[in-house]
Amino acid sequence: MSIIYMLLAISVIVAVVFFAAFVLSVKNGQYDDTYTPSVRMLFDDELVKDKKPATKKPATPNTNNHNPKLN
Amino acid sequence: MESCYHCGDQCRERVISHCGKNFCCNGCKTVFDILQDHDLSYYYDLELNPGTTPSAFEGKFDFLENETIVASLLEFDEQDTQIVSFVVPNIHCSSCIWVLENLNKLHSGIKTTQVNFPEKTVRITYDAKAYSLKEVVTLLCRIGYEPSIALEDFNKKEKNIDRSLIYKLGVAGFAFGNIMFLSFPEYFEVNEFWLEQFKHVFRWLMFAFSIPVVFYSGRDYFISAYKGLRSKILNIDVPIAIGIAVLFIRSTAEVAMGWGTGFFDSLTGLIFFLLLGRLFQQKTYSFLSFERDYKSYFPIAVTRILSLDTSKNNQKEEQAQVYELKKGDRILIRNGELIPVDAILINGDALIDYSFVSGEAEPVAKQSGDKLFAGGRQQAGIIEMEVIKPVEQSYLTQLWSNEVFSKNKTSSFENLTNQISERFTLGILSIAIIATIFWIVFEPSKAINVFTAVLIVACPCAIALAAPFTLGNLLRVFGKHKFYVKDSSIIEQMAHVDTIVFDKTGTLTTNEKSVISYEGVALNASEKSLLTSTLRASNHPLSRALYDILKENNIQTLDEFEEVVGKGISGVYQKERIKIGSYAFVDEEEDNLQTHLNFNDNKHTTVHISTNNGYKGCYVFYNRYREGVRQVFDQLSDKAEIIILSGDNDGEKKHLQHLLSKKAKLLFNQKPEDKLNYIKNLQDKGKNVMMVGDGLNDSGALAQSNVGVVVSENINVFSPASDGILDAKRFKDLYTFLTLSKNGISVIKWSFILSLLYNLVGLGFAVTGNLKPVVAAILMPLSSISIVIFTTVVTYYLGLKLKNSNN
Repeated sequence: MSIIYMLLAISVIVAVVFFAAFVLSVKNGQYDDTYTPSVRMLFDDELVKDKKPATKKPATPNTNNHNPKLN
Repeated sequence: MESCYHCGDQCRERVISHCGKNFCCNGCKTVFDILQDHDLSYYYDLELNPGTTPSAFEGKFDFLENETIVASLLEFDEQDTQIVSFVVPNIHCSSCIWVLENLNKLHSGIKTTQVNFPEKTVRITYDAKAYSLKEVVTLLCRIGYEPSIALEDFNKKEKNIDRSLIYKLGVAGFAFGNIMFLSFPEYFEVNEFWLEQFKHVFRWLMFAFSIPVVFYSGRDYFISAYKGLRSKILNIDVPIAIGIAVLFIRSTAEVAMGWGTGFFDSLTGLIFFLLLGRLFQQKTYSFLSFERDYKSYFPIAVTRILSLDTSKNNQKEEQAQVYELKKGDRILIRNGELIPVDAILINGDALIDYSFVSGEAEPVAKQSGDKLFAGGRQQAGIIEMEVIKPVEQSYLTQLWSNEVFSKNKTSSFENLTNQISERFTLGILSIAIIATIFWIVFEPSKAINVFTAVLIVACPCAIALAAPFTLGNLLRVFGKHKFYVKDSSIIEQMAHVDTIVFDKTGTLTTNEKSVISYEGVALNASEKSLLTSTLRASNHPLSRALYDILKENNIQTLDEFEEVVGKGISGVYQKERIKIGSYAFVDEEEDNLQTHLNFNDNKHTTVHISTNNGYKGCYVFYNRYREGVRQVFDQLSDKAEIIILSGDNDGEKKHLQHLLSKKAKLLFNQKPEDKLNYIKNLQDKGKNVMMVGDGLNDSGALAQSNVGVVVSENINVFSPASDGILDAKRFKDLYTFLTLSKNGISVIKWSFILSLLYNLVGLGFAVTGNLKPVVAAILMPLSSISIVIFTTVVTYYLGLKLKNSNN
């Protein structure tokens, strides 16, 4: 049953790893702006087509896709 | 009426059809073309009419060629990579985010852009070899996102964002969750073999987890309690700090002595919830700044004339920092620019709009040799002037040296929570002592247990949460309805307001003078068309307003046109002459027509007209009052005393008196200091004053009042330091906002009663010596969570009131 020491140690370590990740993300400013990313992720990805070799220009995006009003 | 495909405004002047779409002006069409050419038309798919009409910026950003100014604005400058952050007030929807983050498609010199929507900032990384800062700004302007660069941005220090609250919350939440797991086996007190074996390990682990929570996350409560006690105040943090300390000490003792598990779960849970309440209250409108001073309003640079050569041809100009200006410098101010320093007019036609500084609605004409004060805005052409005082000593800057701006308003206000906490703390301590004495007599072994249990259970977590959640919610509701309050304690102060002082110009009136009546001899058709043709050629604000109402007359091209700044305009068409302007300008013959006697008292804004047939009459301009002014006054007059302090003359006194209830006081020709002192006197009589103003001339009064609210037609432009900024469109809801703040206070009081009920139940357990960890672990979070739910639901319903009042 002394395996429980092992299990406890592992669970605490895992928890601490997550906590460290949280602290790091705050430090890097991930919690400074919690709104813009939520909008950013709704933008449609655009089709990339080659107009000329070596220069990539995006195509006009699909126009019948309307995002709802966001604010 | 067509609406513009780009900005959504009505096309008033003309409709430009282009690519099968309508545009209201060339600016909007140009932006559309730019975006279309770079395959960025997705901009128009995200939102309907997302754009903003680009404003003229020619020459406005020339100062970005000055190396020192550029260096002071840059965040990063290494190896040809430069990073700069701008506040862009026009950011308002998801289309804005999208197009700004795709700037690199407009120009390859731009590497990446990142928008922060809540703060309305955009961070641009660009290649300094291929692109200059001025070009970046010009590009932004061309697509209608003009950045605001003001004096305060000069040498801006790297902003230190205080993230400590999030760290503390993270630590508390992390420990709280883990301790809950570890204490679970012991909640049910089963005498199981393995549990007995391992319970010490679990307990010491819990103890280890709670140490950072008490000494790091809960630190603020101890500090605040200590400060309160030192100044002999029993604030709400005192019982909280006592509770935390007792919880920790008793739990540690229990674990060390092997008596039981202690209350580590309740302890960490309590601190977690308290911090959550704090975070909730911390919501601020970061894109608005409530602490603005003249620096956020002044330009960063002006045009300085280098060689004082009288022949205009070889005059050298440079862009000089405003801070560098010294006595004797010659500077140029263009149309629409702000005068940053006190100066003497050398030449040019000066028509200065001081409305923001003094509250006078009329622009004043100045002659060469007149003194011009900082803060005025030039409204006619280029003027040249000589600096007489540097920025730091100019009149406007001196306004900020009044002591009223340096004192902290909130410190003098004792909020409801602290009022309650004093009685509460004394009550709890006496209960604890009485119960302890009782048990010392009857069963001494229980005495210490009961004493600590009372202090633990009575820890006023729920009381401490009531105000932050109620006011925090209201803050958000107000914000949704365009009333931005600095912080939640302001809402509490609003509930106590019994006197409301209004400024007139710009607060009760809109910024445009658009109620116009004609007095005098009627004009015939040819005179009318001559009048509109002449007005059309002038850029004076009054000419524009008059032209707007007379537009339907046919326009001809004039043979002659002359504008005398500060006096008027004259036009000639086929030998017919018309003069429009001040009475002295249009009527040389001094015939005493009744009309001009009635309206030539310098109290009304008038435009007189004379033609070949002599003096005709005048147009009288009246201020247009905001929608709902009457209604707001009617509603408020029963609840509060209303006073109007205006910096303007009393030309509209009759009209105002008619608009207001009879009880209201009206005072005119008030200087900024008069307003401040008037409010001070009211406060000395024990009144709680709310000041509603708009300009710098009110800034002293706003700072002096208990609650200072700025009414603003565009919340992104400069407004004086205040406690709250109200969008002018919502002026009619002022009464509802005040009522809601009063309701909010009742909600807090109800929450107190609710949490006292919980406390009574808990005390029942504690006094009888039956407080087990599991009971505490259920009771404490339950009380906190139910208070949060109660306040949230009720404030949501209160918020519905605002919605209904809009229909």
